[in-house]
Amino acid sequence: MLTRFFLMGLDRKAGLVLTVLALLAVLVPVMTLVVPEGSPWHLSIFSVSLLGKYLCFALLALALDLVWGYVGILSLGHAAFFALGGYAMGMYLMRQIGPRGVYGNPILPDFMVFLNWKELPWYWLGFDHFAFAALMVLVVPGVLAFAFGWFAFRSRVTGVYLSIITQALTFALLLAFFRNDMGFGGNNGLTDFKEILGYDIQAPGTRVGLFLATVAALALSYMIASGIIASKLGKVLVAIRDTESRVRFLGYDTESYKLFAWTLSACMAGVAGALYVPQVGIINPSEFAPASSIEAVIWVAVGGRGTLAGAILGAVLVNFGKSYFTGALPELWLFALGGLFVLVTLFLPKGLLGLWAQLTARLPSGKGKGAPNGKTADQKGM
Amino acid sequence: MSAEDTLLYLDGVSVSFDGFRALNNLSLTMMPGEMRAIIGPNGAGKTTMMDVITGKTRPDHGTILFEGETDLTKLREAGIANLGIGRKFQRPTVFEPHTVWDNLELALKAPRRPLNTLTYAIGRDDRARIEEILDITRLSPKRERLAGSLSHGEKQWLEIGMLLAQDPKLLLVDEPVAGMTDAETEQTARLLCDIAGKHSVIVVEHDMSFVRALGVKVTVLAEGSVLAEGSLDSVSANQQVIDVYLGR
Repeated sequence: MLTRFFLMGLDRKAGLVLTVLALLAVLVPVMTLVVPEGSPWHLSIFSVSLLGKYLCFALLALALDLVWGYVGILSLGHAAFFALGGYAMGMYLMRQIGPRGVYGNPILPDFMVFLNWKELPWYWLGFDHFAFAALMVLVVPGVLAFAFGWFAFRSRVTGVYLSIITQALTFALLLAFFRNDMGFGGNNGLTDFKEILGYDIQAPGTRVGLFLATVAALALSYMIASGIIASKLGKVLVAIRDTESRVRFLGYDTESYKLFAWTLSACMAGVAGALYVPQVGIINPSEFAPASSIEAVIWVAVGGRGTLAGAILGAVLVNFGKSYFTGALPELWLFALGGLFVLVTLFLPKGLLGLWAQLTARLPSGKGKGAPNGKTADQKGM
Repeated sequence: MSAEDTLLYLDGVSVSFDGFRALNNLSLTMMPGEMRAIIGPNGAGKTTMMDVITGKTRPDHGTILFEGETDLTKLREAGIANLGIGRKFQRPTVFEPHTVWDNLELALKAPRRPLNTLTYAIGRDDRARIEEILDITRLSPKRERLAGSLSHGEKQWLEIGMLLAQDPKLLLVDEPVAGMTDAETEQTARLLCDIAGKHSVIVVEHDMSFVRALGVKVTVLAEGSVLAEGSLDSVSANQQVIDVYLGR
């Protein structure tokens, strides 16, 4: 039954995405670890982590596209789930430091010693086990999303009001995590990680391993998402996006459908955050900043909402541009990002993938009929 | 009259919006298998009546029973729909980004929980039923078309087809022929009469020739309550009805 589910989502577009990811999974390790450093084909460890970071963002964008593109829930707080997953992983990595911290305390992380705490708070217990931390990466964002969604969807909060309270959610978490007495390192967050699963976190092999784990997580999430979209459940979700009341009168309990997609999306975002933290080496409250969530919305809009593959493309391209601009012309980046959003909204309402579909549809070969995203080609605006 | 043998039983139902009484002590009963036309001037409460039956609006007072026992005022939309009450809106509302086939598949009677739909694989019976509905609604050649690209009349039929797929015990149909050509109107009347054989139907309509073509018992609403009930000829002859509605 599970194979049937995954096969259902395997269309041409999915094949392309999975092929690209498989190529990355082969090429990147070879170019980093096998190709000698002097060669023009050598990829530095820095670039591997950068690519890994982009793919984490791509997974966040994929999660966002699932709820925004297919269910019409414009979340302006998805980075909150990303950051919670990141913190869960960060707590595990902090516990792995052990006595190697500046203060040499075998149990307490440095910031707790600094705050004069005598013992580990109860919510840090268990995070020395990787399996427990990995579970929390899914459970913490999932439970928060479920509780939030349960109240919001049941009260029939929709549209821009829902977007505003998602923004409020991430802002509230930002303020909470800034506080030192929350026990998550306050302003500085969690950093100075030493090892993960016993491997030195700075070692090239570990970096490549983390990159491969990110590729695998993205590929699996893509298959889950496209399987869902292709199933009858996916059709119900799209129907809810466009005419929710009609779906209700057909006898579908639309709240539980929205809750399902929303919670799953939050779990995916949590996984993205958990993979992000060991690759960038730090997690702090700035990840909860409203701007992070809004940037994620821009990635999806640029790539093409409601296309899954577009979200991945948009996240990678925009972040590539960000890396370039913040290096070359740092003061211009925010203008470039704002301009990009305006231009995409005005001229490419369906994003880059929509542009691609338009171009292929114009070719006289007749292939345009099976345009990869024909189903989403006639979405309405927001 | 007792509620026991009725399919739908409304007694003393009132709804106010900001002081305006949309329904005023409305009482109405439907027997199983019956088809009923509801007519009345604008603002008579026709659509509000549909809303309180399907759970979109909660009544301030009154009793609404389905099959003599289920209290509809306590249920939400999806729960009421799953009891077997289907509704067709005035403006055709179909799922535009989906194909005609997918629209019918979504409406088809089947378990409605997320886990059911996630693992749903269409079986031979379901396929045959959808084919049958495509034939009845004459949409068979357009099964792969996106519903958004259908003409107005075709969307209306698709929506009626979706109601058939839902296989409800009671169908509420709001102005099915508004904006249709005469030929389409006639076809729609035939379609509804076919349906009425197996289901109970309430039709709200302005078009008198269409109501005449249906040839069923008529209830006239005015100012939120029942003004007259009977055959179209007898209510047409009723002086009060002529005053508030037909005479205008």
